[in-house]
Amino acid sequence: MSSLPTDRALLWLGAFLYLAGFLTGLTALLRRTPTSHRRTWLNAILVAGWGFQMAGLYVRGLAAGGCPLGNTFEIVQFVAWSAMVLYFFVGTAFRVSLLGLFTAGYAATLALVSLLIPAWDASRSQRIFGSNPWIELHAALAVFSYGVFGLLALTSIMQLLQNWSLKHKRLNGLFWFLPSVVQLDQINTRMLGLGVLILTVSLGVGASWWMRDTASVDQGKLLVTVGMWLAYLIVLLLRWLAKLVSVRFAWVCLIMFIVALLSLGPINSSRHHAVTLTPSDR
Amino acid sequence: MEAHQPVLFLFGASHQTVPLAVREKLALDATRATALATRLSQTPGIIEFALLNTCNRVELYGVASGPAPLSQLTAAVAETTGCAPAELEGILQLRQNHDAISHLFAVASGLDSQIVGETEILGQVKGAYDAALARKWTGPVLNRVFQKTFQAAKHVRTHTRIGEGQISVASVAVDLAGKIYGDLHPVNVLVVGAGDIGLKTAQAFQSRGARSITVASRTLSKAEETAATAGGWAASLAELPEILATADVVASSTSAPGFVLSEAMIATAMKRRPARPLFLIDLALPRDIDPAASGLPNVFVYNLDDLAKIAEGNLAQREAEVARCHAILAERTVALWQQVARSLGAVD
Repeated sequence: MSSLPTDRALLWLGAFLYLAGFLTGLTALLRRTPTSHRRTWLNAILVAGWGFQMAGLYVRGLAAGGCPLGNTFEIVQFVAWSAMVLYFFVGTAFRVSLLGLFTAGYAATLALVSLLIPAWDASRSQRIFGSNPWIELHAALAVFSYGVFGLLALTSIMQLLQNWSLKHKRLNGLFWFLPSVVQLDQINTRMLGLGVLILTVSLGVGASWWMRDTASVDQGKLLVTVGMWLAYLIVLLLRWLAKLVSVRFAWVCLIMFIVALLSLGPINSSRHHAVTLTPSDR
Repeated sequence: MEAHQPVLFLFGASHQTVPLAVREKLALDATRATALATRLSQTPGIIEFALLNTCNRVELYGVASGPAPLSQLTAAVAETTGCAPAELEGILQLRQNHDAISHLFAVASGLDSQIVGETEILGQVKGAYDAALARKWTGPVLNRVFQKTFQAAKHVRTHTRIGEGQISVASVAVDLAGKIYGDLHPVNVLVVGAGDIGLKTAQAFQSRGARSITVASRTLSKAEETAATAGGWAASLAELPEILATADVVASSTSAPGFVLSEAMIATAMKRRPARPLFLIDLALPRDIDPAASGLPNVFVYNLDDLAKIAEGNLAQREAEVARCHAILAERTVALWQQVARSLGAVD
């Protein structure tokens, strides 16, 4: 655990760069800097931040002997990291205006909050995956799906803002740069599908091992995880059937993610073998 | 004998200085424009020139060996247009050197246009320069001046808000549709009423690639007439509930005394396409579309006042940017004039 100060330093650096990216993007937007310049600078800062965050998680993973998902701090950091990975793909593929700015703000908030709450990193579960790489894959995919749902929450906020601006005829400033209602709806639907798919694969992998040893997983964690998966699956079906659309769909996606974030606590607390990190460890 | 330095000049008239009736006399068709260019190319002392000829301006940009050849310009224009030279006195403006550059920058950037910030003028300036370049009317001085002009115009457009926001009702409606649908190619447009404003709106959507235009009117023959002009289909008002379910954008401009599109009719249509937004543009007075429909999910209702307010806001925003643009261009004008002054010395 002697490497922990280094990993936290790297994670702090990553978080500050996300914050710097958000502030740079916001300033450029307010100053009406051309979109291409704004995007180039923002992406450069975010890539640097993401690199430092990944380095921090890597160092932590080396110390943990596996994927660094041993406590709430690490899970929240991983969610922020996943959201940024997705932004690099989604943002590039769809060229969604302002998504970079929103993702930077979101990742900076998650990363900084996790760093500022010492209790989240006071203890961590040791060797939570044992020597089983499938369980590690299950956990990584599950947290990655939360990253997808996080980005979905961001695009849902963008959709709510766009809808509000169009309904109330307030089309100046930030609102003018938001993507169209239809584009945001398409992105939200695809993102929800992707998140549900990843979570389904994760639970499928987890279930195949759970069947062999049902006592290995806490009932509370099982209920919360399956409940979240089922809820997202129902939302996807309702959207597919056009029973849940537009603003309601965006609100549900946003609320669902808040619930998903809150569910991380019960999921994490159900783990076994928690080890308290001493000052020397940190 | 006194030696004169060559001068960069602008000579001509625009909507800023001359009323429409006079501009009509100065207007140059292709034959007249060629005749003027031929006359100038044969005028001693006119070293380079380019002719900018649009519906709002006839302007000559050029390089003369000194002030003397400039006195020939009025005569050249008078001969070409058939106006008496005395008639042109005080109408045609002459600007030289720094002022000529400053004016060309403002023209190319759309600051001197009737609709401030419009972009068509830059294409027209480029066309005028290309034509002059192809005929070898330009030389090193004008080539530099025009290239720097295009750079300055582009800089102003990308670094200020001079070109932002539409300022006609139809264009504002198209811009708003873009905020709802993004790409307008899959969009079906329904025009209710066969009036002029509905037609203009339909044409604005068509120019942005809308998939289909349907014109519905109380009189089918009128609908067919407008549909033919707009390149769309005609329908009767009785078919409205059915068409509404497949339409994305509805522009209504009938003279009906009550609502043509009630909230109930719109709600029924939305039940058949809940996931697809519906953009309703009410261009009628009294209104055609029940404003209560704006409370329905995925329905966006805009009336004439809303669109006019946005257009006015856009225009005010553009006008507020003019001073900023002039400040940017002033710096560039000084820099270019220093280069051009050296070139003119070399020409001498």
